[in-house]
Amino acid sequence: MSAPLLKVSGLGKRFGGFVALEAIDLEVAQGERVGLIGPNGSGKSTLVNCLCGTLKIDGGSVAFEGQPIDSLAAHERTRLGIARSFQLPRPFGSLTLAENLRIPLLFTVDARGGEKLGHGAIEARAAELLELVGLGPKAAQRPRDLSQVEMRKLELARAMATEPKLLIADEAMAGLSHAEVDDILALLVTLNERGITIILIEHIMRAVMSFSQRLVVLVAGRKIVDGEPQAAMRDPEVEKAYLGQ
Amino acid sequence: MGLELSLLFDALSAGVLLGGFYAAVTLGISISFGMLNIVNIAHPAFIILGSYIAYIVNSKYGFDPILTCVVMAPAFYLLGAAIYQTYYVSFEKRGDEALRGLAYFFGLLFITEVALILVFGVDYRYVTAPYIGPSWHFLGIEIPLRLLVPCAVGVAMLTGLQLFLSRTFIGRAIQAVSQDQFALQLMSVDPIRIKRIAFGISIATAGIAGALLISIQPIEPSIGREYIGRVFAICVLGGMGSLPGTLIAAFVLGIAESLTSTFYGPSWAPAVSFGILLLTLAFRPAGILGR
Amino acid sequence: MRLFVLIAALAGAAVFGVALAIGNAYVFFAGYVVLQFVVLATAWNILGGYAGYVNFGSAAFFGLGAYSTVVIMQLIGPTGAFPLLDLETESAAIPLLLVVGGVVSGIIGLGMGYLTLRLRGAFFSIATLALAVVAQTFIVNWEWVGGSRGAYVIPPAHVAVLGSFIDYLFLVMLALAVISIVIARAIERSRLGYGFTTIRDDELAAEACGVPTLRVKLIATTVSGALMGMAGAPYPFYVTYLDPSSTFSLYYAVNAIAMPVVGGTTSWVGPLVGSVLLSTVQQVATVTISSAVNLLIVGVLLVAFVIIAPNGIVGLIAGRRWLGRRR
Repeated sequence: MSAPLLKVSGLGKRFGGFVALEAIDLEVAQGERVGLIGPNGSGKSTLVNCLCGTLKIDGGSVAFEGQPIDSLAAHERTRLGIARSFQLPRPFGSLTLAENLRIPLLFTVDARGGEKLGHGAIEARAAELLELVGLGPKAAQRPRDLSQVEMRKLELARAMATEPKLLIADEAMAGLSHAEVDDILALLVTLNERGITIILIEHIMRAVMSFSQRLVVLVAGRKIVDGEPQAAMRDPEVEKAYLGQ
Repeated sequence: MGLELSLLFDALSAGVLLGGFYAAVTLGISISFGMLNIVNIAHPAFIILGSYIAYIVNSKYGFDPILTCVVMAPAFYLLGAAIYQTYYVSFEKRGDEALRGLAYFFGLLFITEVALILVFGVDYRYVTAPYIGPSWHFLGIEIPLRLLVPCAVGVAMLTGLQLFLSRTFIGRAIQAVSQDQFALQLMSVDPIRIKRIAFGISIATAGIAGALLISIQPIEPSIGREYIGRVFAICVLGGMGSLPGTLIAAFVLGIAESLTSTFYGPSWAPAVSFGILLLTLAFRPAGILGR
Repeated sequence: MRLFVLIAALAGAAVFGVALAIGNAYVFFAGYVVLQFVVLATAWNILGGYAGYVNFGSAAFFGLGAYSTVVIMQLIGPTGAFPLLDLETESAAIPLLLVVGGVVSGIIGLGMGYLTLRLRGAFFSIATLALAVVAQTFIVNWEWVGGSRGAYVIPPAHVAVLGSFIDYLFLVMLALAVISIVIARAIERSRLGYGFTTIRDDELAAEACGVPTLRVKLIATTVSGALMGMAGAPYPFYVTYLDPSSTFSLYYAVNAIAMPVVGGTTSWVGPLVGSVLLSTVQQVATVTISSAVNLLIVGVLLVAFVIIAPNGIVGLIAGRRWLGRRR
């Protein structure tokens, strides 16, 4: 069995006296679709921030493709192939949509070494990605002219533009309508079929259940369940976390 | 040996007393910057404004400077509320506070200082009051009353405000707004109104601190600049919004400055506060009692 | 880009030509100040307007550049410890002094950036203010460069080729102004410029997109600081008497911010417009009213523009919604 793409061992994170994450172990295999759920405040976004390098961890380690990445800055991890979309979209407000996609192409793809992309190639790829998420016609507009769902699509497109091996989608569907959720879901499935490993963090249960091959549940900073989705949901700990107390 | 030791004790006691005063000066910043995240670098300008108001009233009518500024506190409150409202509408609402909000306060600092120069000139001004001049002698240490009274007032202000923040509804709302604005909205409390009240309070404390300042030393308009470093250094060192932390940090800074001034000369004193600030920012931004 | 450099150089030459033609020494004296502010405003804007990090300590970089000249003059100047430099015959040394000033301030910029750029923007700005005061305090206490009493620097009466020394200083500052504008525009149009913009818009997202934010910010502080230091390096020759409180004055800090804000922060045009406008206004006000009033004008303009016209004059002319720059 080949090494996992992402291996998290005993990860811990504290904010002063508050323990946000404790002894988190997680392995994600190449090509997997993993769902990550948990009540509000359980530490999901903190975990994402720790994996991506936005936050420094207080214990444990993270390895990507077999190499430890704990000392790497966020942009270096992006260049290695870890991409994330933000829970609240964070577009570059003074750039057009096309320029927004140009940034990851310039600073991640083009900076990875190997063949340099020319100006034309970058333009082409940015346009292609915008088409893929259905934002092609708005390429020359600014993010403030977009609707909620369009912003989320831009957010995903920008993460995709880094040509990642692992994509962490942090609540990409919050507040969207039924049809819009299906849109985004279809997009993520397409990406996975192209070989991208995806960790989906979400509250919308039907999306998580239909998408995930494996389900991880976080409660109060600890991983309580990790396994087949249907079985995970029937676990008494999970029931208690969501329905009890 | 005896002279050195008594010099040391004098410096220490002066430092402690100065620390109480510095706490009063920093109190407003602990609220506006520590809790509301508003970088009001014009804060010292309002302190100096308070000093000059105390001066005018004192030189014309002989009223006690501290009482004057306590009486004037509502006016300073309204000024603070107006300044915040402008800040909110022009910058915070648009998410522009990083560059433009800072530039706004910087401009206010400048305008206030230059306006004071135009009106009062650069001569030093001072006030007279019963506690300015005499000293107590306690255990061989000289304690000037002009330092003791502001220190006491400063500690009282801090204690009073801490009680306000922890015991009253509005006070707790102010603490809440610094941590979770959204939650506050869910309780149908207008966070903007709360911030406006808090900012008004911070400017009101600046006015009173101004009276304390002119009791301690004669003033002229550009003195405010020395305090920019001090108040931010104390606020950061004290842990950004923790009032007890502010008090401790104020004492630390007061003693450090006093010792430096006594043994190395007063021209190094400005470097102490700004140096502490730089070091704290570089190595321990969370401060002593940090969040 | 090459075309731009050519046009800028020609424009500079034209300005010098006009100044020579007018023939009044006052034009050179006043013009030097205006050009100095063109450099300061442009330099400030590289860090402040492009990258969004507000530097309150411009005076520190300017002052350190000026004082590095003093140090050199104390070492090898005509009245210095080892008189090696005769400015009358070796006036080409002045550009070298600029380089020294630039290197000194550039290193300070790098160091300051490294210490403080990992903090939020507001902390950075406060730290820059702290730096200015610390720098001033060190100079005040350094007797060898005059301390609080100040230092005298005697400029030569004549230089080769041009004749008048002030003409020469003017030319040097003009060249520096052209260079700084060229640098600013080059950054704007480069990948680095995109990096700056993303940092200003959303630093966290920039990191997630692969932008090496710390490195980019350090470049910004170093380049900005170095240019300001270069603007300060000839200053001792201009004023002949240098003292810490006026050299490290908040006057430079507020102007360095007000000029780009009034002119417009999103491109190289804004600082140029703002600095020419504001320094001319200030020269007029100082002469006709008083120097305190001219500072009041700067402060009021800063606050007014920041509230009413956030994109400055350039923004007003180009239409209210004009934000980014085109590639």
